[in-house]
Amino acid sequence: MLRIGKLPITFFALFIIVFPWIARVIPGIGHYPDLLIFAGIYCLMTMGLSLLLGYTGQISLGQAAFYGIGAYVSAILTTTYGLNPWLCMIIGMIVAAIVAIMVGVPALKLRGHYLAMATLAFGIIVFIIFNEEVEWTGGPDGMSGIPGLSVFGFNFDTTEKYYYLVWFFVYAAFIFTINVIQSRSGRALRAIHASEAASNAMGIDVSRFKIMVFVYSAILASLAGSLYAHRLNFINPTTFDLFFSIKLLIMIALGGMHDIWGAIIGAFLITFLSFEWLHFFGEFEVIVYGVILLLIIIFLPHGLAGIPHIVKGWLRR
Amino acid sequence: MEKITFASQLMQYLITGLTVGSIYAMVAIGFNIIYNVTEIINFAQGEFVMLGGLIMVFLHVAAGLPLLAAFPLTIILVTLAGMLLDRLAISPIRQPSVLTLIIATIGASIIIKGIAMFIWGKDPFDLPAFSGRNPIHLMGAVIQPQYLWVGGFLIIIVILLTFFFEKTIIGKAMSACAENPDAASLVGINVKHMILLSFSLSAAIGAVAGITITPISLMEYDRGAMLAIKGFGAVVLGGLGSFPGAILGGLILGTIESFGAGLIHSGYKDAFALIVLLAVLFIRPSGLLGSVEVSKFKRF
Repeated sequence: MLRIGKLPITFFALFIIVFPWIARVIPGIGHYPDLLIFAGIYCLMTMGLSLLLGYTGQISLGQAAFYGIGAYVSAILTTTYGLNPWLCMIIGMIVAAIVAIMVGVPALKLRGHYLAMATLAFGIIVFIIFNEEVEWTGGPDGMSGIPGLSVFGFNFDTTEKYYYLVWFFVYAAFIFTINVIQSRSGRALRAIHASEAASNAMGIDVSRFKIMVFVYSAILASLAGSLYAHRLNFINPTTFDLFFSIKLLIMIALGGMHDIWGAIIGAFLITFLSFEWLHFFGEFEVIVYGVILLLIIIFLPHGLAGIPHIVKGWLRR
Repeated sequence: MEKITFASQLMQYLITGLTVGSIYAMVAIGFNIIYNVTEIINFAQGEFVMLGGLIMVFLHVAAGLPLLAAFPLTIILVTLAGMLLDRLAISPIRQPSVLTLIIATIGASIIIKGIAMFIWGKDPFDLPAFSGRNPIHLMGAVIQPQYLWVGGFLIIIVILLTFFFEKTIIGKAMSACAENPDAASLVGINVKHMILLSFSLSAAIGAVAGITITPISLMEYDRGAMLAIKGFGAVVLGGLGSFPGAILGGLILGTIESFGAGLIHSGYKDAFALIVLLAVLFIRPSGLLGSVEVSKFKRF
């Protein structure tokens, strides 16, 4: 589980690079690059959550809060104060990291249900703040007029340009995450998941590692939030509600939370489910999500990424 | 018209707070019943309350059943929902861990919520108060008769549960499961049945909470999550697993929320209970009446 093959990573990168050309040729999927922008934004968050939940064993039901912090810091600083969007993106990540440390230091001492509820409560409190601080955030109506992104006069104004921008970030984060997983730190995280007491005895600074992973996941979520805000040019609080945190959980449970590829598969599938395949259900899609979550937990505890292992097990028999 | 003084306003906050707090206490008791037998925190606990309210509205208002018939029928239906939850979501899990159980109950809660949205839509529903809406005046504060029903039902639940756990053989068997499931099954107690029973009991109590609160605050499909987390706040404040703690925690939490909303900022009404929850978790996770020693022996 720690070794991640180089070949799939290269293939995946090639696929992402050529995909806009493929989408242009095949009829009916011309809008897929637009969907993949969202898939990429979700991937940033699921990778962080996978490292936190799947590899380190620490649950967080408040990731939507960091997503929202990134989006709102970008929105407020660019529209109200006219700062450079890239600077705002970095400030957003710093703010998210500080909040993650403030919440994470006491919260990550907790285990199991307590940690789940603490992060859940944190997420809802941040959501309430987005709704109530009308002077800053525009309240439930949200904020509009968030500028797009550009670099030295080059505007990321088309879907394809933004697609490559988002996936540049996703790929960088992906490579970094893989390196973390395959390093000494990655082994330490697995050890923490297996037994905190044993890890402590081996000299692993358990709480420091847990907080570092939590902060990393918060920074990625904040980056995703900024990218979201600059893409849509409009945000409102409902995007960052409790259900979005649960949706992230569904993504990594569906893909497989013990495998970094699971984070990517889950983000892709849920993006396509919610924007493309579940239109028929309208708002009742939540029932489908709930059923998916239950079926996965009961029948495929390792998610879709665990299927190859199951198949291998059958073949060996 | 009586003059509204600051003192009478405080009295009003206290009364409203204790009423809402009684509901949180009922949710908290529901959490504890399941936790004590299974060590599961049921994230779908709030959905029982929502179902209780909405099914009661359907039976009493839409179908026109009298209160005395609709009330028990609602409780039976919600209890069935609780049994289904155990049979369909919890017991099929082969390798239970905290994580999978949390995810399973979250999955169940969004399914229940989605089905409720499908049946009732998104509008809030009202239920006639049990004994009218002529308020009683006490020291300048206004007491709705329904407030007394809420408090009364909390007391009834506590009495019945005490009797059940102390005097009946099934109740004692359930307490035995809570103490030590392996030893309990060795003396011939069917632990699976006890788990099913704990979900049923807890659903029934959730239903009572939903039925009694709906005439005061209406009920809609998405109320469950917030009720669950506030109920959990009451659980933690009182100490996980402790029944007196659940009642105390619920009443304190409701009162804090009511005073916070009235005196500080009404928009942050929902945040106060959550801030209390975080503060307790960060400072004293064992709660007011819980024991640190006992929590160390728990599996999860």
